Amino acid sequence: MLELAVKGNKWYWGWVVVLLGIIGAGFGIYMMQLKFGLGITGMSRDVSWGFYIANFTYLVGVAAGGVMVVLPYYLHNYKAYGKITILGEFLAIASIVMCLLFIMVDLGQPMRALNVLIYPTPNSVLFYDAIVLNGYLFLNLVIGWNVLEAERNGVHYQGWLKPLIYISIPWAVSIHTVTAYLYCGLPGRHFWLTAILAPRFLASAFAAGPSLLILLCLFIRRFTNFDPGREQIQSLAKTVAYAISINVFFFLCEVFVAFYSNIPGHTTHLKYLFVGLHGHGALVPWMWASMILMAAGIVLTVTPATRKNESSLMIACFVIILGTWIDKGLGMISGGFVPNPMHEVNEYAPTMPEIGITLGVYAIGALVLTVLYKMAVGVKEEAHS
Amino acid sequence: MKNSRRRFLQIAGVSALGLGAKPVLNAFASGGAEGPGYHVAKGEDARSAKQWAMVIDTRKLQTAEALEPIIEACNKIHNIPTGIENKNHEIKWIWETHYHNAFTDKASSFLDEAVENRPFLLLCNHCENPPCVRACPTKATFKNENGIVMMDFHRCIGCRFCMAACPFGARSFNFRDPRPFIKETNKEFPTRMKGVVEKCNFCAERLAVGKQPACVEASNGAIAFGDLYDEHSEVRELLKENYTIRRKQTLGTEPAVYYIV
Repeated sequence: MLELAVKGNKWYWGWVVVLLGIIGAGFGIYMMQLKFGLGITGMSRDVSWGFYIANFTYLVGVAAGGVMVVLPYYLHNYKAYGKITILGEFLAIASIVMCLLFIMVDLGQPMRALNVLIYPTPNSVLFYDAIVLNGYLFLNLVIGWNVLEAERNGVHYQGWLKPLIYISIPWAVSIHTVTAYLYCGLPGRHFWLTAILAPRFLASAFAAGPSLLILLCLFIRRFTNFDPGREQIQSLAKTVAYAISINVFFFLCEVFVAFYSNIPGHTTHLKYLFVGLHGHGALVPWMWASMILMAAGIVLTVTPATRKNESSLMIACFVIILGTWIDKGLGMISGGFVPNPMHEVNEYAPTMPEIGITLGVYAIGALVLTVLYKMAVGVKEEAHS
Repeated sequence: MKNSRRRFLQIAGVSALGLGAKPVLNAFASGGAEGPGYHVAKGEDARSAKQWAMVIDTRKLQTAEALEPIIEACNKIHNIPTGIENKNHEIKWIWETHYHNAFTDKASSFLDEAVENRPFLLLCNHCENPPCVRACPTKATFKNENGIVMMDFHRCIGCRFCMAACPFGARSFNFRDPRPFIKETNKEFPTRMKGVVEKCNFCAERLAVGKQPACVEASNGAIAFGDLYDEHSEVRELLKENYTIRRKQTLGTEPAVYYIV
């Protein structure tokens, strides 16, 4: 099917060239990082995980979000999603590729990455994270490719795929659960030390992933001969409405527990994020922006009129993606490390090289997604012409 | 088991031994709970314990000047870079802080002034139940048979999960090559490379040849060191006679550094 990805108009190739340019620049900066060390980032002794791991965390969510189309189609036989499950699965593949790359660029000694396999350590959550992420990538590659191939040949997909498809559903949940467990089992990091972290991660994932999928569907409808369908987009929008509402509700639960109990360890991180602490408040405007964006997302997706109107739905998806990205990509990781275990406030901000490498990784993900979607849409166009 | 890079300790131990003792090379028997393939070079005078522990008598260390030689002794023998100007990239094995920062959960608003103004030494607590060891995905950090939480600089992949897991801020990461910032290199202890985590090792390399940790030696009797599970050890005697506190005891990591205040 790869031949479908090498046939495209000048816009397609222009986009590919732009992505390759960004990837090249990102790679160049990464070479600098390899040479100098992670010191070219804004990370420190106190904030030892930063932008890379934050974006990794966010994208695990986007990948897990794909299950929101896979589950209704395969488990509840919701036929309408048959048209777009492949888009969900391919989005998951691109996201996982980015996740793995973010982990790689975050390692101090990337050439030793295989030590995780050479010395398997079942007491480390990272061990399980490596298993679930690679497993999910594998599952989606096998399922996505074979189902699409079957569709192209006009046949039903092979029977042996069925168990893999069923496994992929709880597996999607597992990737974000295990990622949450990376954080929420650590003593002394009270911002993360909460049993609701995994559910909260999933809620935000099921809002962000499908939101991105809606935007991609609208884009595909506008610029290709394949229409993912209005019903499909509306169903996804309802998923987004529930998920983003639950996400904000979970967050408010955290706020209640922290401030009603009034235990300093639990309140300081939230205070740092939302009102600033000891004169440090770099994230305050971001966090409020995130809250406003997510609230706007709730209003726009829950209100039938704005959900049914695809223009306002587009805005809703956009603000939800942005709001959840700020929440996880900026607040979640920094917020857990600041203040540090000695209650000292040392803030973190990503540096330009760090942002450059991050953009490079996103560009690789966009390229993977472009190629995969080009094939998927190509098959769909063939099938419907 | 054949990981020769794990022999850095052995080499350090042998170098420190001089001619008087010979290392025991058959220490592979040290059980599976510790890092696989790990073995300490032990001299004839090697000191061992079920759980090494430290008691710091802060009454004898009232000023920052009193701490200086202690910190310096550690920095010097462990090749710790001290001239790094960017605070983000600092490496700290043993350092000084205020009571409020050391004992975040024990700082009342109105405190004994003597205690409040006293500097406190912070270092790796070599927890009996170390969260960093639990978190490490490669066993690069592990507990040895003497209860010391060790780092294998050659296996560490630099994921920094252990730093997130440590509730005491005891771990440092080499954000850049530390070697240009080491004033005088001690050839008997390895230097580190960029991209790996490091921290205090309770001077395992000195214990292996029967010596006391460097900070203990430099403290003029203010710091005691011994086996927590030997009721006749110096630390147990001190714990029996003095009221001691530990950092963040409620977290259940069982820190092995005790403070007399």
